[in-house]
Amino acid sequence: MDLSFSEEQQLLRDSAERFVDQNCGTEYLRGLRDTEDGFSRDHWKTMAELGWLALPFAEDNGGLDGTPVDTLVLMEAFGRGLVVEPYLPTVILGGGVLQAAGSAAQIESMVEPIIEGNLLLAVGYAEPQARFDLFDVATTAAKDGDGYVLNGHKAVVIHGATADKIIISARTSGNRRDKDGISLFIVDSDASGLDKRPYPTVDGSRAAEIMLDNVKVGADALIGTEGQGLAPLEKAVDHAIAALCAEAVGAMKVLLDTTVEYTKTREQFGQPISRFQVLRHRMADMMMEYEQAKSMALVAALKVDSDDAEERRKAISGAKVQIGKSGKFVGQQAVQLHGGMGMTDELSVGHYFKRLTMIDVLFGNVDHHLKQFSAAA
Amino acid sequence: MDLSFSPEELAFQQEVREWVGANLPVDISEKVLGGGKVTKSDLKRWHKILFEKGWVAPAWPEEYGGTGWSAVQKYIFAEELTRAGAPELLGFSLKMVGPVIFTYGSEEQKAQHLPGILNGDVWWCQGYSEPGSGSDLASLKTKAVSDGDDYIINGTKIWTTGAHEADWIFCLVRTDDSGKKQEGISFLLFPMDLPGIEVSPIITIGGEHSVNQVFFTDVRVPKANRIGEENMGWTYAKFLLVNERNGIAQVGGKKRQLSRIKNLAATSEMAGGLLAEAPSYRQKITDAEIALMALEYSELRFLSGQKLDHAPGTEANMMKVAATQLQQTLSELFIEVAGYYGMPYDGFQDLTGSNEPSVIPDGAQGAMADHLYGRAATIYGGSNEIQRDVMAKVLLSI
Repeated sequence: MDLSFSEEQQLLRDSAERFVDQNCGTEYLRGLRDTEDGFSRDHWKTMAELGWLALPFAEDNGGLDGTPVDTLVLMEAFGRGLVVEPYLPTVILGGGVLQAAGSAAQIESMVEPIIEGNLLLAVGYAEPQARFDLFDVATTAAKDGDGYVLNGHKAVVIHGATADKIIISARTSGNRRDKDGISLFIVDSDASGLDKRPYPTVDGSRAAEIMLDNVKVGADALIGTEGQGLAPLEKAVDHAIAALCAEAVGAMKVLLDTTVEYTKTREQFGQPISRFQVLRHRMADMMMEYEQAKSMALVAALKVDSDDAEERRKAISGAKVQIGKSGKFVGQQAVQLHGGMGMTDELSVGHYFKRLTMIDVLFGNVDHHLKQFSAAA
Repeated sequence: MDLSFSPEELAFQQEVREWVGANLPVDISEKVLGGGKVTKSDLKRWHKILFEKGWVAPAWPEEYGGTGWSAVQKYIFAEELTRAGAPELLGFSLKMVGPVIFTYGSEEQKAQHLPGILNGDVWWCQGYSEPGSGSDLASLKTKAVSDGDDYIINGTKIWTTGAHEADWIFCLVRTDDSGKKQEGISFLLFPMDLPGIEVSPIITIGGEHSVNQVFFTDVRVPKANRIGEENMGWTYAKFLLVNERNGIAQVGGKKRQLSRIKNLAATSEMAGGLLAEAPSYRQKITDAEIALMALEYSELRFLSGQKLDHAPGTEANMMKVAATQLQQTLSELFIEVAGYYGMPYDGFQDLTGSNEPSVIPDGAQGAMADHLYGRAATIYGGSNEIQRDVMAKVLLSI
């Protein structure tokens, strides 16, 4: 057993942290608020140049053959800088679906543009009634000649408005909550009948409601086998959860460091507030939460590709539960220990707190993953 | 001892219920019940309706405009208002500075200020915290230097809620820094439109503007605007803080929050059934409901004059901690129930001026905004760490 990072991973960490420290963080996030895209296309170009968009793709497909631990290293740095570029939807989720089930033609036509930074993807996996169940799909795809016609409502599609193509889960057969009968389609975002309703999310990112009203797609839009779309979608989402856990760890570290620093300089009652035992213990607890989250994020990255379904489920859902709990404690206490300052838009603390609050919701909250873990055992 | 209301009390309850039903503007109650944002003009409108009825200040002594109700009647009144979706009136005026003025103010000050507070014409804000003086409030540095019949004020206040909408401020200033920090503070009242006052907005994490930093540069305030004695301001300030914490349990608001959560859960699907039926949810909502009962009956005990056995006098401190913790538990549960629809930023329509309806379902409106702003509850009014310190000091006699 060896849990140390390789030299390449250290280099990736160094370069990612350097980029993030120089270009990202609260000021950058604030600067994106009034923009239409909600992220920086310049950053996206740089990420392509640095090879980050190629990281998890197979070498045969033009990628770098990176492991989930490589992704973890990158995502931790993204968490450290509140990076909102659509890495998760485009590379991890969208790219993940393509790698899991895409045809040779689909991979050939899309992976290279993704890697070069010329193609943005979003994945519509959630629906208003579905809560966190990926298999709860009311959106339909009916046979229409050689192709299909899609109808339905996809909820809170992350970066859904800026994506060039959107991967949609839709039902080709069965009942709303059947696990079989779900198919994945790649749809052009400007397709006739596809309506996007974009909005900012609380953490400063963007999402959209995607309405499908008789959207026609060809047979070549189907990803993988008809009716068997759930497995590749789940696989991509599990990779996204592992990545998100790493991002959360990066964000928690900033909050812990900032809080420790602040309590050493903030004076009340004639002394730094770090001298008060109640606050010291609180920060020791924050550190414990952070470290346990870090351990679980690593487990998620190491086991996300496990062939043992139970092992994979426990690693992913276990990590998501730990991240949710730790993120809540670290986020809330960071705000609390910063006092009124922690409540301001000006300081970074609140932004990290909001990001962690969103991360708990994404792909299922603590409650959801407790059930997944327990059902897997 | 009897927990049930007497026939007279039940009749009173009926009277209040009917009157509120007929007089509370529907557009206001819809906002309150639906998680919308109540504006100053909404609040003022409701304030004036209550004033005209003579019910604006039940907590005040009758001679100053109170209602002369028993503690139970006041409780019933507050319950009925909350139940109907009435917004909480401006605490700075009615709960804070009003009682300070009628308790410690001069006859001239009473005559000058109490009518405007009661009829809602004058809007107040509170100048307490400073950038360097939060938990350690008594270390405040805003200076008032004597100049004939006036003070010249220099310094700054922070977290001043509603300073941008206020007509007057009650403000703690330092008039002496030679002795103990608590002994050189004075309590002043002055209008916010005096030369030398600048209000700078602070945007909070939910994207809202409700708090401010206020800067004073050579602001001239007559000494006649001082409450009570010079350098005795800490006594009045503490009196006011206890009043601030007394209202903080806000049992009615929490009941409202609880029922909004239950309504949303009852219409949210989960695992093919309803979220409201899921055991994990039921356990959490039940826990919260029991905590709310304990809070309510503790409040009733304290209202009826009982004290803490071990730390008498710190009832308000205990209530502040218990109430704010429960508030945050409820808001966490609310966003949990909202699921993915906790994620959209619901202030964006204000920012973009969009007329489109929000993507957030009605039942979840405002849940995330409440959750974010609600993190301040364990910080303001004396952080919960400070409240525990106060209780522990009395408990341990140190």
